[in-house]
Amino acid sequence: MNIIVVGLSHHSAPIELREKLAFNANRIEEPLRELVSLPDIAEGLIVSTCNRVEVYAVTRDIAAGIAQVKRFLAAFHSLPFDVVEPHLYGYHGENAIRHVFRVASSLDSLVVGEAQILGQVKAAYGYAAEYKSSGLILNRFLHKAFSVAKRIRTETGIASSAVSVAFAAVELAKKIFGSLSDKTVLLIGAGEMGELAAKHFVSAGVGDVLVANRTFERGERLAGEFGGRAVPFDDLFDHLHKADIVLSSTGASHFILVPKKVAEVIRRRKLRPMFFIDIAVPRDIDPEVNSLENVYLYNTDDLQGVVENNLEQRRREAEKAEEIVDGEIGQFLAWLSSLEVVPTIIALRSHFEGIRRAELAKTLASWKDLTPEEEKRLEALTSAIVNKLLHVPTNVLKQTGQGNRTDLYLDALRNLFALSTEPVAGQDDPPQDEDEGWKSE
Amino acid sequence: MSVYFYITVLVLYGAATLLYLLYIVLPHDTVGRISRWVLATGFVCHCTFTFFRYLEAGHTPITNLHESLSFFSLTIVAVFLGFQHRYRAVILGSFVTPLALLVMLVSAIFPSVIVPLNPALKSGWLGFHTITAFAGYAAFAIAFCAGIMYLLQEHFLKNKKLGALYHRLPSLEVLDDINYRCLTIGFPLLTLAIISGAIWAESAWGAYWSWDPKETWSLITWFVYAALLHGRLTTGWRGSRAAILAIVGFCVLLFTFLGVNLLLPGLHSYR
Repeated sequence: MNIIVVGLSHHSAPIELREKLAFNANRIEEPLRELVSLPDIAEGLIVSTCNRVEVYAVTRDIAAGIAQVKRFLAAFHSLPFDVVEPHLYGYHGENAIRHVFRVASSLDSLVVGEAQILGQVKAAYGYAAEYKSSGLILNRFLHKAFSVAKRIRTETGIASSAVSVAFAAVELAKKIFGSLSDKTVLLIGAGEMGELAAKHFVSAGVGDVLVANRTFERGERLAGEFGGRAVPFDDLFDHLHKADIVLSSTGASHFILVPKKVAEVIRRRKLRPMFFIDIAVPRDIDPEVNSLENVYLYNTDDLQGVVENNLEQRRREAEKAEEIVDGEIGQFLAWLSSLEVVPTIIALRSHFEGIRRAELAKTLASWKDLTPEEEKRLEALTSAIVNKLLHVPTNVLKQTGQGNRTDLYLDALRNLFALSTEPVAGQDDPPQDEDEGWKSE
Repeated sequence: MSVYFYITVLVLYGAATLLYLLYIVLPHDTVGRISRWVLATGFVCHCTFTFFRYLEAGHTPITNLHESLSFFSLTIVAVFLGFQHRYRAVILGSFVTPLALLVMLVSAIFPSVIVPLNPALKSGWLGFHTITAFAGYAAFAIAFCAGIMYLLQEHFLKNKKLGALYHRLPSLEVLDDINYRCLTIGFPLLTLAIISGAIWAESAWGAYWSWDPKETWSLITWFVYAALLHGRLTTGWRGSRAAILAIVGFCVLLFTFLGVNLLLPGLHSYR
């Protein structure tokens, strides 16, 4: 059995095409059924996000499997095959496994290290499990992918720092204030960026939100959204001392907060720290404010610099993550190749044969007065028993042949008789830690 | 016997210091856990060492510089272990353990022989006076470390230099809170040490207060911390001001402790 990946992503296709190929999560049952009813596809699942549409499938015939899934993707969305095909990639074997591990670990994402993709792949797997389009191999495969993603998340710093301006501001606030739950955010102006940043602060759990906007009504509406209060813009300085975090994004053409005023506010606050975030262009806050005691001022460029730094750090951590992925591929390939009929039959036979020989040798050793003739008969008798015992299972395995259930049988056999999971000929990457490979459920 | 414990303590504190410093570059939970255990083991050995000294000497083993520096180090570690538990700030150890180790190493310079206690000092006040003094010193030592950490973190935030150390250090609020907590622990202890010292002085030397250099400098130290506490409670001296004062206070305190003993002749010059 082989794992294949067919699909497109932000690397290979423009948004116009990606949105045409996207699958609706609410109507995912039908495409999943169609997918596994393709002649060469035994198991399948569909990952569909705004950045990628991918099919992970199990097939006996790699070339046919990939071709069928490609046609399915175009046909299901009634798109001409020639338009879609150039953007589709198809991986198999080691490359397919690497690809899925990288996707789940967010190494293939537009923003490396973002946390959403793992949840999306988990959801896609959930649908496949619900509608029974995934089987033994995809189950084990996806669980392995999740554990690789978890390992990467805990062992590398790939997702440890903010990569958006708004998130960077929230992280800085946490470094200044520790907990945000008893802190107040004041939003000055109701520009789009300010609103977005305020939203991030609200979901980070700030205690209170104040909105000061030139049009009071708009301020009130916005405050309502955040569960906060609007204050009249002209009374700004009567309320400034209540704010720990000030988000400023007005359209003013001059500084609205100058050091002298802010110094007064800080004194009124008994020197409790204030964090000013100036996301307006042109700037709202005089940069000199930053030199006041216990005042921290970040403008758009500063935050952008933080984000750039974090991205750079993520890229370095991603290299460590790639090494982890490479190490894990070998293990999974070893397990996959153990699900082949012939090597399993050979392993099963040698397991039984080993028991027969050992028991026979014990008997012969304690039973000294046997003639060679009698020894031969014992030999023949035990051989016959083993052969008869194994006859039916061997035939069933050979006959079930190409179907999905073979893998179940093979896996069960290997577990029941503790047959070795050593990779068969052609695999040069032995499993480093068998346990890990076997117990991912 | 006690000398073996002393060496074990030195080795374990050395190892804990290296581990806590390693934590700065390798911030793994495992590293943090191992560091804590190594330090806690060192602490237990240190307590045992002090207890043996007590048995050998027959009085509280804080009568010369060797003993008092060792005891100072012990109290620093004790207060730190308590703080680490409460604030879960492993990184505090990267600043405190080097200090505890340094104090321990300095104590090794001074002769460790047990000298018979000066008859004037034979009193139940010896234990109370020295233990409260050093417990207070230890709290101020932690405040000193938190102050340095605060100034570093503030520097990173103000100048937008957000490197690895910035990510490891706790938030300004937590550091300021540690500073304040240390002050509220250290100040009453220092006050008790000064009062008990005065009472003891009356019975040993016949006067409550004789403006001996140690007494003068203790009073100066007390005023520095009193000013900090007052500023904090009334006008909100917090953040960098509190951090700087905690650092200044600790320098004055070190002079009171070491400078007076080594440089200024007086009743308290025990070596």
